[in-house]
Amino acid sequence: MTKFFNLLSNGLALGAVYALVALGFVVIYRATRVINFAQGGLVVFGAFLVYQAEHTWQWNFWLAALFAMACCAAIGAVFQGAVLRRMIGQPIFAVILITIGLFLLVEPITTTIWHNPAGGVETPWHLRTIAIGNVRILEVNIATIVMGAVVLGAFFLLFRYTKVGLAMRATAVDQEAALAQGISVGRVFALSWAIAGAVAVVGGMMLAGGAGPAPGLTVGLGLIALRAFPAIILGGLDSPGGAVVGGLTIGIAQVMAGGYIPTAIPALGSEFADVVPYVIMLVVLLIRPYGLFGEREVTRV
Amino acid sequence: MARANRTMVRDYRDDLRLFPTWTKRGAVVALLALYLFAPVVLGGADSNSALWSSVLALAGIFAIGGISLNLLTGYTGQPSLGHAAFIGLGAFTAGYLGGGRSPVGYDLNLWVYLLVAMVVGGLVGLIIGLPALRLRGNYLVIVTLGLVFLLLYIWQKWTTFTGGNAGTAMPTKAVVYNVAGHKLDLLGNFKAFGSTLGPKQGLMYLAWGLVAVAALLVKNIVRTRPGRALQAVRDRDVAAEIVGVSLFRYKVGAFVISSALAALAGALYGLYLGYLTPDQSSLGLPLSIQFLAIIVVGGIGTIYGPVLGAILVGALPKLIDQYATSLPLLSKIVTADPAKSGLTKGALGTIIYALLIIVFLVFEPRGLAGIWRRIQAYFRSWPFSY
Repeated sequence: MTKFFNLLSNGLALGAVYALVALGFVVIYRATRVINFAQGGLVVFGAFLVYQAEHTWQWNFWLAALFAMACCAAIGAVFQGAVLRRMIGQPIFAVILITIGLFLLVEPITTTIWHNPAGGVETPWHLRTIAIGNVRILEVNIATIVMGAVVLGAFFLLFRYTKVGLAMRATAVDQEAALAQGISVGRVFALSWAIAGAVAVVGGMMLAGGAGPAPGLTVGLGLIALRAFPAIILGGLDSPGGAVVGGLTIGIAQVMAGGYIPTAIPALGSEFADVVPYVIMLVVLLIRPYGLFGEREVTRV
Repeated sequence: MARANRTMVRDYRDDLRLFPTWTKRGAVVALLALYLFAPVVLGGADSNSALWSSVLALAGIFAIGGISLNLLTGYTGQPSLGHAAFIGLGAFTAGYLGGGRSPVGYDLNLWVYLLVAMVVGGLVGLIIGLPALRLRGNYLVIVTLGLVFLLLYIWQKWTTFTGGNAGTAMPTKAVVYNVAGHKLDLLGNFKAFGSTLGPKQGLMYLAWGLVAVAALLVKNIVRTRPGRALQAVRDRDVAAEIVGVSLFRYKVGAFVISSALAALAGALYGLYLGYLTPDQSSLGLPLSIQFLAIIVVGGIGTIYGPVLGAILVGALPKLIDQYATSLPLLSKIVTADPAKSGLTKGALGTIIYALLIIVFLVFEPRGLAGIWRRIQAYFRSWPFSY
């Protein structure tokens, strides 16, 4: 039982991180119809920025987090304006490939600037655990879940009740109509990328700080963020709620598989947990090609 | 009969011609001469020739992979990040058959293990192509991405086939023919045009010969009825189905042929590497991205585009390796020692490579082939080129 709750807390924390990264994907996809492969790169870069502000410049954790969020939001918006604006009208495949190029750029730049930093991201919760019954749960995990919920809640409020959110929703439905209504579609695009960047940083710094599988501060964070893809596929590419559901599901499934499968089916081994998200994705796609909450694409002939 | 204009096409037969003009025929002869004699010229013992032989052999292997991915993505419009999976499949099949793991052993004839690799690749392509019918665009990209990771996991677990994490040895002999005492083993030392050549030169002959075969195969598909069907699927697949193009047949067919050729490239890649371990860096996402870069930089939707792209992408890491520390500007920022501050050669290579992708896509989406076509068009309409 203790093992189950431990795994569950790890899974929920990892799921919260996936949900945050997935939300970033979905926000960009809804507004611009582009899948942003560079999201994983922003996760890594954001975590390293937090480390830089915290360790080298000795800032407070929260200040460092805000700084990194602002930086990555700026990077996202600038990249969108400088590069992706020129690609309007080009086939979607070309744009995806450009974001892949950006993703490729992150690792060498990160290793060049920071090499392999000793130490990692120090969260205010360090490695403390609290005891519920006779289960010890890492405080960092709980903090991740709470922070994830807060960020997602803030995003939903923005989307639903503010003018900016209304503009984003309108652009997602029909860009031309939104332009006709006076909405600055370019600004909506830049804002979507900025939100995605900020959200990625939150996920990245918690992951580097010890939530979930606690990989530490390495460029391997990017590979972990790649597993948010099954989350968005599971939930549907254009559904923010689906991103959350998908992220949590994939996170819990991955950690549970990692915990139980090596003992239950030794042949599959411990690496199976890393592959479980993709297996789930493939199975879901066979049954519902547009994900659980995604909208069926209507193609006009 | 004299033609009014060199490029005027008067009937279907003219349109179908592979080499309609004398310049094209001359180019083919020149390329043939290059194919036969370049390995001899590069067969010397100095390190420069060894470097360039290696680069050109690898470029040939990548060219086959690029042509196959181009058929799937450029002509049929099915974007796929899964090419690394088929490369690995071909490599491990060749390794299993010819590398001493199977009871047949090292003396297996080259054509046997290449052919089996192609058949296995085609079968797996069939298995993947069937569910891929349901998916379009973005979803297909992500699913093929998942496929790469899934297959990597399978390679790591299936130790009888691949040797697991320890990897497997690849075939060391590439016996082209073994007839009445005459044997030509391209991976050994053999004589050609009077000089003794080694394995790298043998691989150059093998790879580029197969590039010609693959290019001819794909060109024949593309310039006739199936090619037009594939392009219809790419442009508007729903409309194509209405007009009578069987989406099932052509989408799945594109997957099958593309993965068979990719497995062929994979088998050659295995021969080139000599030993293969299944991990992220050798057979994972970066390899898939490399093939996408090849077709994008080279030119999507052409046959010779991926060849040009493969030469560029294949040569880039070696060029950086060779010249980064000697060029005056670069040597200030590049260090050979990864522990010191500064850019390592690997990092520089990746940065240049990623920037290349981005720059080509933003400024020249048709790639090197597009640039070549513009040059051609300029001279063709000279002096009225504006």
